[in-house]
Amino acid sequence: MSQSESKPAAGPVAFFRERFGLDDRSLERALGSALERKVDAADLFFEYTTQDQVALEEGIVKSGDRHVEQGVGVRVQAGERQGYAHSDEISFESLALAAATARSISERSASAETVAVRAGSGPARDLYPVATSPTDVPVERKVRLLEEIDAYARARDPRVKQVMASVVAQHRQVLVAASDGTRVGDARPLVRLNVQVIAADAAGQRREIAFQGMGGRYELERLFDPAAWKPLVDETVRIALLNLEAVPCPAGTLDVVLGPGWPGILLHEAIGHGLEGDFNRKKTSAFADRLGQRVAAPGVTVVDDGTLPGRRGSLNVDDEGTPSQRTVLIEDGVLVGYLQDRLNARLMGMRPTGNGRRESYAHLPMPRMTNTFMLAGEEDPEAIVRSVASGIYAVSFGGGQVDITSGKFVFSANEAYRIEDGRIGAPLKGATLIGNGPDVLTRVSRIGSDLALDDGVGTCGKDGQSVPVGVGLPTLRIDGLTVGGTEA
Amino acid sequence: MSAGRDAVERALARAKRAGAHSADASLVETDAIEARVRGAEIDFVKRSRERVLGIRAFVAAPNGLRTALTSTSDLAPDTIDRMADETVALARATAPDAAAGLPADGFAVDAPDLGLFAEGDRSIAVEARIEDARRAEAAARELDPRIANSEGSSVDSTFHRVVYGNTAGFLGDYEAASHSLFCEPLAQADGAMQRDWWMTAARRLDALEDAAAVGRRAAERAVRRLGARRVATCEVPVVFEPMVARSLLGHLAGCIQGGAVYRESSFLAGRIGESIASELVTVIDDGRLPGGLGSRPFDGEGQPTRRNLVLDRGRLRSYLLDSYSARKLGMSGTGSAARGAGGAPGPAPTNLWLEPGRIPPEEILRRTERGLLVTELIGMGFNPVTGDYSRGAAGLWIEDGRIAFPVEEITIAGHLGEMLAAIDLVGSDLLWVGATAAPTLRVARMTVAGS
Repeated sequence: MSQSESKPAAGPVAFFRERFGLDDRSLERALGSALERKVDAADLFFEYTTQDQVALEEGIVKSGDRHVEQGVGVRVQAGERQGYAHSDEISFESLALAAATARSISERSASAETVAVRAGSGPARDLYPVATSPTDVPVERKVRLLEEIDAYARARDPRVKQVMASVVAQHRQVLVAASDGTRVGDARPLVRLNVQVIAADAAGQRREIAFQGMGGRYELERLFDPAAWKPLVDETVRIALLNLEAVPCPAGTLDVVLGPGWPGILLHEAIGHGLEGDFNRKKTSAFADRLGQRVAAPGVTVVDDGTLPGRRGSLNVDDEGTPSQRTVLIEDGVLVGYLQDRLNARLMGMRPTGNGRRESYAHLPMPRMTNTFMLAGEEDPEAIVRSVASGIYAVSFGGGQVDITSGKFVFSANEAYRIEDGRIGAPLKGATLIGNGPDVLTRVSRIGSDLALDDGVGTCGKDGQSVPVGVGLPTLRIDGLTVGGTEA
Repeated sequence: MSAGRDAVERALARAKRAGAHSADASLVETDAIEARVRGAEIDFVKRSRERVLGIRAFVAAPNGLRTALTSTSDLAPDTIDRMADETVALARATAPDAAAGLPADGFAVDAPDLGLFAEGDRSIAVEARIEDARRAEAAARELDPRIANSEGSSVDSTFHRVVYGNTAGFLGDYEAASHSLFCEPLAQADGAMQRDWWMTAARRLDALEDAAAVGRRAAERAVRRLGARRVATCEVPVVFEPMVARSLLGHLAGCIQGGAVYRESSFLAGRIGESIASELVTVIDDGRLPGGLGSRPFDGEGQPTRRNLVLDRGRLRSYLLDSYSARKLGMSGTGSAARGAGGAPGPAPTNLWLEPGRIPPEEILRRTERGLLVTELIGMGFNPVTGDYSRGAAGLWIEDGRIAFPVEEITIAGHLGEMLAAIDLVGSDLLWVGATAAPTLRVARMTVAGS
């Protein structure tokens, strides 16, 4: 299809200036208006996002979608209070109106302040440079890729009955201007390939589904490479067929070995959310006031790192303009850090960690994870499996959830096997694993040498807002985790 | 409203001129206020205004229609023209599909008053809703000294205007509102913390549950979880409170919506007319329930909404279909096309409920000698293709027909089909807090995994 939108000449700052007339003076005026009463901070968040999706099912590409979203959010902070207003119109008038609404939360008396934005401030690096915006790639190429995937998957095995695949491409441009002088733009590409396979056994008695995906902040071109998508399709077909043979999962407390990569969702649910600054400032997290305490076995080090090039959870700057960083959360078993946005860092007397994120201009930022993973240990992954007398080996998971107050978390396996006498046995039907965040990592008894990050498909939901994230894990043995099967 | 109709009509006319065989467009305008209070302090106040225009175009091919969809929040006339052109261009790149297209006929002709908003609620000031949140917070904290903290009480008032039109000649619009209050207190004792919540939601402010009552209910639920422990793995009857029983209907809805049925990605595909649940189970979907949070006069394709009998005493009577899945299955549509702002239409429930029985919930507990009362479920452990079910749970243990102690860090597992068939007690306490409602339900036997 034709590409009719103007291409940014020199990054997002120039894009918003040229398209919407947002020069430094107008940003300063809007911030000045937001600060008309005594407040602690104000910021503006501009966004212009293009997203497209092409989807295949039943052997044909049935639809193409393209969505353009633009808008601005104005925020004012006074103490613990935040006022927020947003509009899908990016104009000086709508900014002034939004600023007036946002500042109405401040009950303190008037005291005008002026703001000078720092011209030229920008991210010092680009973690995800792309020569071609993923939304500029011709739709015909995406259609061809999906048709190739469909044919390839069906040719793998006659038991493959249904293939669903989609390519999602996003180009998000943001501009943050804040009362502390911050003025920074970021252009964020995001691509994703999803494959689902439904398989049925020869008798037509059982049907099973498998999902796999890959993506990140990189050139869409990478997904077109057969060396990238063929292994993904192979894996999807393999898991769907495997699940046709799956037996009911045991119920009860068992030793669990987690495979590398995506099972890192354990860290995201069990640890990550509970270490977000907002829950700890409000002391609603099971981890509140536990800095410096042991929360994991010796040897367990967990980090959140927004600076990994090209990863789905990475950011040059967060949605408040703070550069992303590598934050150590747990060091050799001891809790050493929280994830912070600006508001919670200020209220807790800590430093922002570049984790202030929001789904879009229509949402308030909150502390959120980026890429969260455990550093590798030294053990041979195969030896870890051999060390288990009776347990399960879980290598792929669906979603998870946590109650940050009680600390209870779940995550659901969709590829798992029985381990008996150190040997991998029958594949198991999907089951939910449940544990207690503050103590699950104290029961880590072996850490593999094979740290892997996931393939770039994670989406985290919090308070109704979704953001892309990454996770990672080396092979890990946890002694005694409740496995929610049906075989009591 | 007329500006919205103008935008829709402009998009349709332009799509036709660009070569579309047919097209439809929807415009959703949303104005909302939202706030959260923690203790006596305001956490945030938020005001939103959004408009999204979605355009779907079909392009003729020898063996079907090609489809594409675009959306934009920029409603300038030249942007609408450009998006309409782009939609048609994008459609040319997709494959012809014999089942694609607008509904052939049967568009809504009536405009029933479904009580979707109260005129007087439009002038509601954010301060009044903040006061609701404050009352809920105060009532929660007054209930018990062990409630000293909270995630806060949130309120929201949202006003929608929806315009939908298509090139088959339908053009309709309606307005709707929704208001809610959500309270989430924390109870603390002996170094442990527990949270729980309660909420109310309605089309009219005067239909909301009293704010203080919401706060007290939330606080009672949090306090009763203190001292929770695990239980040994076992097989017992499992009683679902109405608030969590709703999730079973949500899973059922995912398995009877047309997309999952024609793709055969549901264990209930091809089972119309079969008995798939206990005779105690009757499920209805009704898009015209007065004041219902799922009510609307017409669906996302201009078809009149209606009452669909989904499960009649355990027998599967109807799927929920939009026009596409109806054509794929050779069935009639059920007025079930849902369409989010800017998105494609797809089949979904409107107001979906399980008919209450005659047994009070206390009686259900009395009749349960030993078992689990589930008050919260977490995780996504349901597989609609196989029906396999395994979720994290918290609740109250039942011994000798009475609540004995709170439990947590357990899972419940089974198969949705077997669970529906094993429902042996249905409560009289149908609870409406959204568009899906259920009474207390007892499943005769499930696996509880614990220590």
